Amino acid sequence: MISFVETCRVSFRAIVSNKMRSGLAMLGIVIGVGAVIAMLALGAGATFQIKSVMSSMGSNLLMIRPGTVTSGGIRMGAGSIPSLTLSDATAIKEECPSIEEVLAQYSGVAQVVYGNQNWSTQISGVTEGVFVVNDWQLKLGRPFTEQDIRSAAKVAILGTTVAQELFGYSDPVGETIRIKNIPFQVIGVLESKGESSWGRDQDDVVMVPVTTAQKRLFGMSRADMVSSITVKVRSEDLMSKAQEEVTFLLRQRHKISSSQDDDFTVRNMEQAMEAAQESMKVMSLLLGSIASVSLLVGGIGIMNVMLVSVTERTREIGIRMAVGATSRDIMLQFLVESGMLSMTGGAVGVFLGALLSYVLSHAFSWQTVVLPGSVALSFGFSAMVGIVFGLYPAYKASLLNPIEALRYE
Amino acid sequence: MALIEVKDVRKVYRMDGVEFEALKGVSFSIEKGEFVIIMGPSGSGKSTLMHILGALDVPTSGSYLLDDREITDMTRDELARVRNAKIGFIFQGFNLLPRMNAMENVELPMLYAGLPAAERKRKAEEALELVGLLDWADHRPNQLSGGQQQRVAIARALVNDAPLLLADEPTGSLDSKTGAQVMEMLVSLNEKRGITVVLVTHDSNIASYGKRVIGVLDGLISSDGSKEKVESRVGAE
Repeated sequence: MISFVETCRVSFRAIVSNKMRSGLAMLGIVIGVGAVIAMLALGAGATFQIKSVMSSMGSNLLMIRPGTVTSGGIRMGAGSIPSLTLSDATAIKEECPSIEEVLAQYSGVAQVVYGNQNWSTQISGVTEGVFVVNDWQLKLGRPFTEQDIRSAAKVAILGTTVAQELFGYSDPVGETIRIKNIPFQVIGVLESKGESSWGRDQDDVVMVPVTTAQKRLFGMSRADMVSSITVKVRSEDLMSKAQEEVTFLLRQRHKISSSQDDDFTVRNMEQAMEAAQESMKVMSLLLGSIASVSLLVGGIGIMNVMLVSVTERTREIGIRMAVGATSRDIMLQFLVESGMLSMTGGAVGVFLGALLSYVLSHAFSWQTVVLPGSVALSFGFSAMVGIVFGLYPAYKASLLNPIEALRYE
Repeated sequence: MALIEVKDVRKVYRMDGVEFEALKGVSFSIEKGEFVIIMGPSGSGKSTLMHILGALDVPTSGSYLLDDREITDMTRDELARVRNAKIGFIFQGFNLLPRMNAMENVELPMLYAGLPAAERKRKAEEALELVGLLDWADHRPNQLSGGQQQRVAIARALVNDAPLLLADEPTGSLDSKTGAQVMEMLVSLNEKRGITVVLVTHDSNIASYGKRVIGVLDGLISSDGSKEKVESRVGAE
């Protein structure tokens, strides 16, 4: 019986001796594997980006939003009751031991005017915790103080986009802008955060003290109301404990009896991240499975070439059988040949796919990550395709009658 | 001791429902060291007989003992192993692999015998030297003359030390001069090395090289004996 190494040598020589055909047979696999690699890299890149954005926001965050209310059997949407207040936020900060910092927000959209420039942007009423909780940094100026919040001071911190639109390249700190015709002193400019993962410009914002937003800009029926409270938990291990503390405290403060539902919702950023990642996973799976169709087509290409090759080499098969090759020897020879074709195609495809994802990430600044897992997966799949689609031609070759094969012209 | 023992071998082909009896009960035996020529016109059944003797095919009924082993009820893979170990083939069309050089062609049977590379090389060189082609070892078949190609094929047939050399019209593709050289080589292998040679041909000129000629006609043995007898018979036809 012929050794496996010798079989590989025989198969290798057959591949090399017909380079053009072998190349064409491989092409399908090359394109298939390349497409799978590039698609999975895109998917993984998107997932990775979401992850990094989320973790830059802080994964140990809890988002508390006003809850829903049921009125006459009709459930209103989130925030339909203004249940959260600034004093809730203060209470959370003071009474929940697992919590590091609290951010209460109350926002609206308004026109911001400086001199003859104006710009419509989001006015975000925040507490001083915004720098810790949302990970904002100051490029210029000073942060809000407790005094600013308490006194509803007419001070503002600009996002870089707003600063750019209103002031160009000059320093805005100390200048006065007008929001809803109320003069605000610019006390700082935020460090740029860039686009969020869903494409919103995070720098297109003006921050003012939350109390200022409530009392001076967007007056509400309940003056103390905030649209959301975000808390930063001391560590990720304490997430569920913090969630319990916050829920317990808010139920107590809102005087909710044990039979009633919460009038607020507490959302874990980690859960939100998981949901986003899950949807990305589905998307990359979809892309990958579309790409793997081309891998299948490549496999059919290999089968076609192998069938032609078996027919063309009928006489060779006859000679080999006459000098003692068993059916198994012949079968193995052709299986190894198609396996080699598809694996070489797979290797080239992995390289091209990695190259393509590199080009994509540079030319279109899409983030791509070529994961070792997806390389192994598509390479393994291509090898499998070669063997599966090589099986029939190899089987056909092994069943040839040596006498007829020797007579074949 | 008999190397080949054929008893009442029949071979029936079925094609499109029509039965055709190529061999109608053939019996003979060949001793070790004999040089036997099987002769007959085309359609006589001699090719079928050669395929069976070469373990390329099995008879429909009857018995074929090669080196005391029954071939008739062997599986495909068992037949392949018998061909590998017991039989060296020489064909009319040489049947060398075109993409391999002489050396690699000679190594082929040893590849399937599973011999290690160093031993294959040594034995292939020995065999090529024996047929006088060691200097041509790295030439491909298309770089060799017909006579040289047939000598490579002889080297390939010898290399596994098979006791039986089976030649099917070995001079059919050669001119008479190179044909004669090939025949002399087979005769000398038979005489000097004691290899049993069975040669199938329709050419009565070739029959003169054999010590024994078996005539085949219409699927039966028509004559078996010394060459003089057959020559007179063929001459009478």
